[in-house]
Formats: sequence, structure tokens, C-alpha cells
Amino acid sequence: MAEVSLHDLSKSFGKTNALASISLTIPDGAFVVLLGPTGAGKTTMLRMIAGLDAPDSGDVLIDGVSVLRDPPAQRDVAMVFQQYSLYPHLSVRDNLAFPLRSPVLNWPEARIKARVQEVAEVLHIAHKLDNKATQLSGGEMQRVSIGRALVRNPRIYLMDEPLSSLDAKLRGELRVELKRIHAELAATFLYVTHDQIEAMTMATHVGVLDQGRLAQFGTPRQIYESPLTTYVATRLGQPRINLLPAHLFPDAPRNAAQIGLRPEHIRLAAPDDGQPATVTRVEHLGDQTRIHLNFQGNSMITLSDIHTSLRAGDAVSVAALTPLWFDANGNRLP
Amino acid sequence: MAEIIIRNLRKEFGAFTAVQGSSFTIRDGEFFMLLGPSGCGKTTTLRMIAGLELPTSGEIFIDGEEVSQKPASQRDIAFVFQMFALYPHMNVRKNISYPLVSQGMPRAAVQAKVAEVARILGIESILDKPVGGLSGGDRQRVALGRAIVRDPKAFLMDEPLGALDAEFREHMAEELRALHDRMKATTVYVTHDQLEAMQMGDKIVIMNHGVVEQFGKPQDIYDHPATLFVADFIGSPSLNTLRFEDTLRPGDTSVSLAGTRVQIPELQAAPSGASLVLGVRPEHIKLTDSGTYRGRIEAVEYLGTTQILTLSAPHGTLRARTPSSQIVKVGETVGLDFTASTLTLFDANTGRALRTAANAGVNHG
Repeated sequence: MAEVSLHDLSKSFGKTNALASISLTIPDGAFVVLLGPTGAGKTTMLRMIAGLDAPDSGDVLIDGVSVLRDPPAQRDVAMVFQQYSLYPHLSVRDNLAFPLRSPVLNWPEARIKARVQEVAEVLHIAHKLDNKATQLSGGEMQRVSIGRALVRNPRIYLMDEPLSSLDAKLRGELRVELKRIHAELAATFLYVTHDQIEAMTMATHVGVLDQGRLAQFGTPRQIYESPLTTYVATRLGQPRINLLPAHLFPDAPRNAAQIGLRPEHIRLAAPDDGQPATVTRVEHLGDQTRIHLNFQGNSMITLSDIHTSLRAGDAVSVAALTPLWFDANGNRLP
Repeated sequence: MAEIIIRNLRKEFGAFTAVQGSSFTIRDGEFFMLLGPSGCGKTTTLRMIAGLELPTSGEIFIDGEEVSQKPASQRDIAFVFQMFALYPHMNVRKNISYPLVSQGMPRAAVQAKVAEVARILGIESILDKPVGGLSGGDRQRVALGRAIVRDPKAFLMDEPLGALDAEFREHMAEELRALHDRMKATTVYVTHDQLEAMQMGDKIVIMNHGVVEQFGKPQDIYDHPATLFVADFIGSPSLNTLRFEDTLRPGDTSVSLAGTRVQIPELQAAPSGASLVLGVRPEHIKLTDSGTYRGRIEAVEYLGTTQILTLSAPHGTLRARTPSSQIVKVGETVGLDFTASTLTLFDANTGRALRTAANAGVNHG
């Protein structure tokens, strides 16, 4: 259990700024998800904390103490990778016990056995302990590789897209599992992903990364409901937020260049009860129905009743319910 | 432009039956999806429509003409594959004009046609570039251009977006659908992605193990799945299935679930036995204080406007989708109310939906 602080952390690879003075505190017991596309600097940040890479400047503190001079082994952190690298010739039990058999720890075999059993139960793989690692399904293998991080009881868990190689259904199950494990262990998790669903559903705090800078840090609800920039606004939400020129709306504040409207924050009404728009397409996805609109030459997406009678070509009017206003630089106006 | 009718289509590969007696109709101008898991027979069906495989038995009508034993070249349809096969040594213009040149079309006509197609696809600026340096999206557009340029009767597409990453796939899906809305050409599209099928299709055929499980409009299939397979395959999170025993007769309007009376749409057919499954979509579970059917909240997943709750209930784990404005706590036990008109009742022995007042008008494959 530990709190991790990053102070002004910077790192460049040649001309690329992988991290540009990141400052961030991961509170003890938090589940922090770093969200960003490929190249945003997420993995670099994990590697700095793990000690696999050194920053150009700045500091990494675990529980208030700088660990920059400590090699990875002494930082007492555990890392789970996207590719579960299990020892194929070993059983699940031996894979899990491996980190505990390190001569540094010098644990007696009985203690190792008890710990492996305990972790296997948390992960619901106790019945597979004597299987070969290669006899497991993808989801089970990823559980074992998470388990290998858990047995050591490190100060912080670092996870680099651990679910991205699994299929959608399994990913959904393991999201719930990881959250449960986090709650049971009351451990500190730092988790990196490009998947907005993982960020929204699991995190206590989300850090949105944009080209090596931390664009926003907050709870999923804060990030979704109150984004600081247009970039952050487009990171969460499916369908994506509509960004349109502000002048299309009569009540735009001065300085506003763009309006951000979540699809669910657009009210559709009969023509002449707001601003005119034309339906270009109706998409029935089952649990939601999306209406694609042409709004004064801009495309716009909103949601409607599941069994709407609207069809392509219909004239409607739109009204903005809770607009977010942004200036010309994409920063949110108060 | 064409109407395609498939009648009792069957394909055997040795002892293995890939497609067993499919029948459905693709109307002129429809965007039609063949959906199912890998190995369900959807690609084999598409290849038989194209003429790349000959059926073991059954008929295929394109605009009234029976073509099932004709070679591909005589069917006047265009095929777009998952891996866009472009000629690497030719530029974009030559790739697109190739089918016309090989038909012997005069040069001026070819020029005009290629210009028109390039405009439709928005690729006028890259016409003279070699295909080697193009982005994935542009390569896909060129491959489409080569299919469109011949003005075929129908387009057949085999997972054309399967190789693209998620964000870009969504964008191309919209583009492809918008293109279809402009051209209105009959399109048959194979996918294993239920969301893609719902999003793009006018109609969907869902296949499993070579059998057509259901055929209809996306929303009808979602609301009224014909089989347990379809119910599980369409929708995310998938339909909740509550297995229970009860003796039901036509005319019944409720079932007994762990001692609670639950209203259902009026039953119109008799089940084969007492083993039943109640199907409930996650968004049709409402939380109540008073309900006697209760569940414990195990997990809450925030999704912006909605949240997914994982509940442990007398019939196992249930998933519910509720507005995220509704504050819930993990560990809390709540009453669960099901919206009666939306429920589907399945016969557990056959896996098929029982006919009720709600799904009576739906085509069951």
C-alpha cells in the first residue's frame, strides 16, 4: 500500500517529448487509469515508476521518498503486461510461486504454498492450480499473470493494457474482476489503457494524456461531465461529443469558439421549436437509437426514444440542454 | 440494382454441412447483413451468391434469374474482400479503371466514370498516386472504387472493415453506409460484429452452425430474439437469462420466479415442458425499494449517461443498465422490476422463443 507522486517528470526520446513535466499524485488505495492513444506517453510513465526507464528531469516518490536511485527490484512494485508471459513448462501453481521462490525473499515452502492458494482463490483459479499454463484459456492465463503480481504483495501494481489482447466478452468479465480484486486488496493500482470503457468503469481517478502532457486528472464523472478541453471531451463518451461552431447557437458566450454537446444533451422537438435540422440517418442499436442530423451543414449525433418514428429526411428542431463552451484554443470557458 | 432471393440453399464440404437449407430475401437497394460467429456459414453463403462456390442444392435468384450454377463472371456482382487486394504496381486511377478497360470500354467513357467514382468516394486528390503509400482508409476507398466503377447489380462484402482499428472502423462504417445511402445499390455484407450489423444493416440474417437462426430488422431482432443463441449474440451486455420451472398454458400473463409473480406478455403457445427461460434486457430491469424479487449489487460500472450494475439474484448473476444519475451502492440489496411488455420467454428444451402477444408478428427464421 502506498501513495505515488510524480513531480515535474519529463522524458524525451530524441526529438520526441514522451513526457512533458507531468505532476500527479496517485493516492494510497486508488485505482488510477491513464487514458490516451498510442504515443501519448502512458507506458513511458509506468516504466519510470517501475524503474525500467529513468526520467530526464523530475522525481518519482513512493510514500514520500524519492526512488529514482533505486533499481526496479528495490522499488517493490509489480507490473502486469499486455502479453501474459507465463512459463509454459510450469504449472499454474509454479508460475504463481515463482516470484516468491526468489532467494532474496527466502520464504519457507509452506508459506509459499499458503500464499499461492490465497491468491488463486481471489482470482477464482484455485481449481486450475495443477494445470500446465498452456492448458488455460486466454482469460485464465491473464488471471495467472495478474496473480503473479499479486502474490508478492507489492506497494503498487502497474498494469499495461492487461486486457487488450482478450475478446470483448472476456474483457467485460475481467473488468469487473479487477475492480473486485482492487477493492478486496485495498491496493494502489496504476493502469494504462486506450480503451475509454475500461477507464470509465474501473477507475477511481482517470488521467487523460495528450502527447506527453496530463490534460486532466479527476474522477470518471468529472472527466465526462466537466472536461477542461475539447481534447478531453472527445476522449469519453460513445457516440462522441458533438463539437460545433459556437456562433450557430444564439446564447453563445463571448469568446466561445466551439460548443460541445453530448448526444444525450440535445433535445429533439417538432420543427419551429428551436433550431432547424434534418435527419440524415436513424440507427437502431437495440438499447439505444442514434439520430444523425444535418445541422446547418454540420453533422451531429443525438439519441432518441428506442422506437422513434423519425426517418431520414424528416425536419426537426434541436435545442442544447447542457452545453459546454470552449475558446479558440479548445479550453473550456467557465 | 437487384433483388436477391435465396431458397433452401445448402452446401456440403464432404461430410461437413456448412450451410443447411437457408432461405431469405434481399430486397432491391437493401444493406443486408450476414451475421454470426466464425464457422457459422455466413462467408460460404456469400461466396455462393457471388458464384465462388457452387451450392450442393437450392436456388439463388438475382432479379428473377436463377444463377446458382452460373460462374461468377456471368452474375454481374462486385466482391470486396477483407484484405483489399490492389494492384501494387499501378496507381489509384489505373486500379479503379482496370475493370472497365478489361471490359473494352472506350477511353473517354472510362475517364468520365473514374472521375465520377473518385468524386463519390472523395479520393480525387490521390488519383495519380501509387497505391503503395496510401493509408489504410484510402486503400479501402480505392478497393471500393474498383467495385463501384462497374455499376454491378449488387455488392458483396466480406468483413471489409475487419482489419481496421476500432476508432477508424467506426468512421469507415459510417462512410460506407453514407455511400450506400447515396447509391442505393443492393449490398450483402458479412460480419461477426453484432454492433456493426446493428449499426449498418437494414436487415440482418443471424446464422449459427449453418442454420439461419433469425432474419429481420435490427430493432425487431433485438426486441424479440427468436432463439437463445440470438438473444445472447445481440446486445452488450447480453440478455439476462433466468432459468426456472413453471407449468404454463396459452393465455397466461404471468410466471412465478422464486415466489414472485412476474407479468409477461400474454402467452400464445404451449411450452414443451416446465423448463423455461425468461429473457430480460439489462435496460429493462428497474430498481425498486419494495419489489419482492431482490438482488444484491456486486459491481457498478459508470458509462457516462448510464451505468451497468452486476447483481446477484435468486437466478444467478444479472446485469442491469440504469441511468447514472441513480445513486447505488455496492453491497446494497434492491428490489428488481422487469418491464413486462419487453420480456421474452424461451422453451429451455428447444432454445426457441415462445410466441406471446409481444413477438407474434416477428419472423422466426
